[in-house]
Amino acid sequence: MAQVMDILIAALLVTGGIFALIGSAGLLKLRDGMQRLHAPTKGTTVGVGTALIASSLHQWQLGAGLSLQEILIVLFLFITAPLTALFLSKVYLHSIADRSTLPPTGRDVPWATFDTADEPDQPVLPRRQND
Amino acid sequence: MILTYALSFAFGCFGLSILLNLVRLLRGPAPADRILAVDTMVVNVVALIVLYGIATGNPIHFEAAILFAMTGFLSTVALSKYLLRGDIIE
Amino acid sequence: MMRRLLPHPFLSALLFLIWFLLVNNPKIGSILMAGVLAIVIPLITAAYWPNQPRIRSVPALLSYLLLVLWDIIIANIQVARIILFMPRDKINSAWIAVPIELQAPEAISLLAGTITMTPGTVSADMSSCGRVLLIHSLHAPDPDAIRDDIKSRYEARLKRIFA
Repeated sequence: MAQVMDILIAALLVTGGIFALIGSAGLLKLRDGMQRLHAPTKGTTVGVGTALIASSLHQWQLGAGLSLQEILIVLFLFITAPLTALFLSKVYLHSIADRSTLPPTGRDVPWATFDTADEPDQPVLPRRQND
Repeated sequence: MILTYALSFAFGCFGLSILLNLVRLLRGPAPADRILAVDTMVVNVVALIVLYGIATGNPIHFEAAILFAMTGFLSTVALSKYLLRGDIIE
Repeated sequence: MMRRLLPHPFLSALLFLIWFLLVNNPKIGSILMAGVLAIVIPLITAAYWPNQPRIRSVPALLSYLLLVLWDIIIANIQVARIILFMPRDKINSAWIAVPIELQAPEAISLLAGTITMTPGTVSADMSSCGRVLLIHSLHAPDPDAIRDDIKSRYEARLKRIFA
């Protein structure tokens, strides 16, 4: 039984390492900024995720109870990865010279990053309805 | 036994990843690429801290991993926001 | 009374769970602290969250999360194959505009997050009216197929989950 657990943890660690390495290799290999965004947001996040799950299982095997803090880190990384990607792609969108390479929105408003028409000086906070 | 080998392999993989990210950080060319490289490095370092935790069998490293992941995310967002608006807190 | 004390029951439950996971020991002190935080934080921040997200069915949400988890694994293998085996000039990336019908902000952000984590796509922006998502695809021989796939696989499910 302990043997099976060892093999499972080892397999998780090895796949995690390989995926993280592929993600970082993609960061180096791919051509333009937007393509490079794809590699780390997927590869590295899952690489770290498997390493954390391996760590959780290892704690359990040592008899310290199923440690759930690792799950918290995995959740945090999976929630923040799309936000990081969103911010970085906005930075990239602002840096491209030719905006006509982007597809039209199909409506009569521009993409939100380029919309400077009605930016309020103060942020508009939503009000609570009195019910 | 098999765990020791797997652990060394994973240490090597994540270490090599950080090296590759460092190359991208130095090469750039755009600021967005450098931020992305730093962000990936942070995620890889979190993984290294967790692996160190497995190697020593000491669960105290998770606080460090959580804090590192949080500061990494915040600094990425702050840097991108600065590039987008020229200001962090508006 | 209950509604005034707990304006956001889901948020309170989530805060309780997260604090409990952070301290990671089931002593009476940490349970009390988790309870205090779970009540005080939603009360203080309630002014910024005037509307509650309305979730029609929790099992559907859970099965959606499982589906996304599975897709993330598939996505990783696909992206890994593109990075490792595809020559640099064979990768043809494309921008895709996806018109969406979802209304709730929670549903739209969940959809955008899903798109970023799944096969070869990153959501980059949305139109300022909030009805069209801008998506970048790593390798898109057929952009229309990717758009239709997103609409039928993820958006249809989310429309059923969020009222």
